[in-house]
Amino acid sequence: MSMPTNASGVSRREFLKITSGLVLGLQLPGCGGNNSAETLITNELTRTQAYPAAGLFFPNAFLRISSDNSIVFQIACSEMGQDVITSLSMLVAEELNVKLAAVTPEFAPAHASFENPKSGRQTTGGSNSIRGFYEPLRKAGATARQMLLQAAANTWDVDVDSCYAENGVVIHTKTGKKLQYGELVDVAGKLSVPDKIKLKSPAQFYIIGTAQNRLDTVQKVNGSAIYGLDVNVPGLLVATVLRCPVFGGKVKSVDASEAKQLKGVRDVVQIDSGIAVVADNYWTARKAHERIKVEWDEGQNAKLSSATIREQMIQAIDDGKIVREEGDVKQTLPLAAQTLEAVYETPYLAHACMEPMNCTAHVQKDRCDIWVSTQSQESTQKTGAKISGLSKKQVFVHTTFLGGGFGRRGEQDFVADAVQLSMFMKAPVKSIWSREDDIQHDFYRPATYNKLSAGIDSDGKLTTWKHAIAGDSILTRVVPFGGLLFSKDPTSIEGADNLPYQIPNQKISYARVEAGIPVGFWRSVGNSQNAYITECFIDEVAALAGKDPVAFRQNLLGKQSRYQAVLKLAAEKADWGGTLPAKHYQGVALVKSFDSYVAQIAEISIQPKTLRVLVHKVICVVDCGIVINPNAVEAQMESGIVFGLSAALDGNISINNGRVEQTNFNDYPVLRMPEMPEIEVHIIKSAEPPGGVGEVGTPPIAPAVANAVFAATGKPVRQLPIRLS
Amino acid sequence: MTQSRLHINGKIHDLDVEPDTPLLWVIRDTLGFTGTKFGCGMSLCGACTVHVDGEAVRSCVTPISSVFNRAIITIEGLSSNNAHPVLQAWISEQVPQCGFCQSGQIMSAAALLTQNPNPSDADIDNAMAGNICRCGTYQRIRKAIKKAATQLAKTD
Repeated sequence: MSMPTNASGVSRREFLKITSGLVLGLQLPGCGGNNSAETLITNELTRTQAYPAAGLFFPNAFLRISSDNSIVFQIACSEMGQDVITSLSMLVAEELNVKLAAVTPEFAPAHASFENPKSGRQTTGGSNSIRGFYEPLRKAGATARQMLLQAAANTWDVDVDSCYAENGVVIHTKTGKKLQYGELVDVAGKLSVPDKIKLKSPAQFYIIGTAQNRLDTVQKVNGSAIYGLDVNVPGLLVATVLRCPVFGGKVKSVDASEAKQLKGVRDVVQIDSGIAVVADNYWTARKAHERIKVEWDEGQNAKLSSATIREQMIQAIDDGKIVREEGDVKQTLPLAAQTLEAVYETPYLAHACMEPMNCTAHVQKDRCDIWVSTQSQESTQKTGAKISGLSKKQVFVHTTFLGGGFGRRGEQDFVADAVQLSMFMKAPVKSIWSREDDIQHDFYRPATYNKLSAGIDSDGKLTTWKHAIAGDSILTRVVPFGGLLFSKDPTSIEGADNLPYQIPNQKISYARVEAGIPVGFWRSVGNSQNAYITECFIDEVAALAGKDPVAFRQNLLGKQSRYQAVLKLAAEKADWGGTLPAKHYQGVALVKSFDSYVAQIAEISIQPKTLRVLVHKVICVVDCGIVINPNAVEAQMESGIVFGLSAALDGNISINNGRVEQTNFNDYPVLRMPEMPEIEVHIIKSAEPPGGVGEVGTPPIAPAVANAVFAATGKPVRQLPIRLS
Repeated sequence: MTQSRLHINGKIHDLDVEPDTPLLWVIRDTLGFTGTKFGCGMSLCGACTVHVDGEAVRSCVTPISSVFNRAIITIEGLSSNNAHPVLQAWISEQVPQCGFCQSGQIMSAAALLTQNPNPSDADIDNAMAGNICRCGTYQRIRKAIKKAATQLAKTD
């Protein structure tokens, strides 16, 4: 079993006590022995016939059941707060017919067996974890159960159909004979894996759909959970990197002689991302930065600013590529009874995960170990192999808990730092980013500029909709030539080209702008800004038509029952149209993303002197198909709402002279306790396949709040963050 | 270098560290207590909160020289068996998500309840405003603090 091993003030014995049985953690080289996950899985996946280990049943890459009845389960996804460790464990426990507590989750190594079937990658993102693993993990559990049943039947020489499995025990119905799973591992291990796997019907579920507490709570409240930042290995050096403040800038000249004299500084090294100080500890490395004299070649982005980028988008917007066209916008718009035009703008946004970026790497002659809070084991392994020159098989990725991810931790910049530095220093190196590094060297949600037009007929019905988008493309950054490979760029248009409303004439276009600012996946990606733009403009059109925003939407949704149901319930729960406290206003938004339907209604007031928007309450109704763990769904709605609310109220990364103007939480503020609204989550019962959960709470909140502000002021909010003064 | 004596979690540590080193990095890098987190380095996020003589302080901006011979408690020292009412309340309200900020949140909450056993919503806002949670667990934190307050009142 792998244990989080840390040279901390907590002794190993105390550690075992406080982590109370849950094993989630790090596999340190040389500490895991032959039973380490990576060794076992490598052996298993390369085995041909003979079963390698006595006392161990290894029905597939995900599970290993031991003669002591322990069931270790490989978590293929990264745990960044969304509680996949519990939800995924529930899936296998369900089909294994064991209690959830009987399953011991362990973070999986990088291996093709752990690719998410939905994305084809061992990457956690796109709200894919449950959508991708719902069936495969149930199959993994059911396979093991069937083999254990068969093993018992063979042992007793009875028909397998006369046996059943319950709570980790196989029972022979007729005689009442019993064998624990642990007693069956050697026999089961010699059986071939059955071709036909029978999964339970939802009516037979006794774990899936029940409210389960998180499996990692105790570790996360007593300080023992290990994040990337907490990794410690013998001989570890710590590095911090001085980066050119201008995107794409390079080192022109550097004098690090004074820095090198500082006690505790091991070396000052130039790597791809800048000038790294390698020291005995973080504080020494950080202090040494002040002693480095560096001159930067700021390159072509030196004059870049938010204003020049905006101008670039304005220039490009009318020449966008059409990504959706219905009916005839050109002809119908001039014929409309009334028309409306608007420009909507959204800023660049940073992720600002609570855990600053970091990575620990140890490159040796024949292996490279990487300990990291990553959203992509696969990309980390590739990065390690590419930089070290070793084969992918020689790169071992040890995933820790993630102190937030939100899309940022799928990137490889922080991994590259550590691998390069370890090679140079011939020692294990942990590279730690400061908060300033994190805010100023992120992959930002793209800034966008949008032109919208709508036409309504004499009955106030929306007949024509035109939306032109301009902004940078995440897809093109991560997949070079992606614009050519994909006819549409979902990262830029999702949430705009799939409106639920039945509008006969629609034209959506997208103009890609290459501004020079690194852009990346930000919780809910394109949906996060496009839902704000489209759902606010819908409210503007409803106002033009003199209609109530909820009724206006209901009318445009037709018979799409899942949309209708979440909207209706949200209106009921929020007492939409009812009496509110004085000077309180409501706003609504409805968004489908990642196969889940979410309606939110926000209740706000505007502070008289500061004109600051205060959100009092958010009603959130979600239909995410079959629910695995309602606790996790509720927590993720809360989380997605707060994440989106921080952005709507304050999120703004601005550029001047090619550099980000914000530095830390003082000038990139996020929501704090005093402004936390009350959030009420309602989950629609559904038998539809599971939808995403981790991101779907985010898109509706900005438009719900902005629409409430529109209701309060009569003035639409066409720019984020919301500023009334 | 200064010979410095630190009282951390009831134990004495004699260390050779630069006097301007922030307490956070002594706790984490020198002593290996990693439950106390680095989040901003500027006393803006509260992830590094520890107790010094019972008060919640941001260890990332606290020079080690200012806490010699004072009683420092980190998250590891708050409770040896998870029995502390604040921890129990956090568990029962299922507060953490990513969990990275929670050591700091808990240390701030525990200090609040020591000084104010029955905090109002405004008191909670004031005491907790310095602790950021990017997963948005504030609603649960508020409930957990109230629950812990009730529990503490019973045991007193």
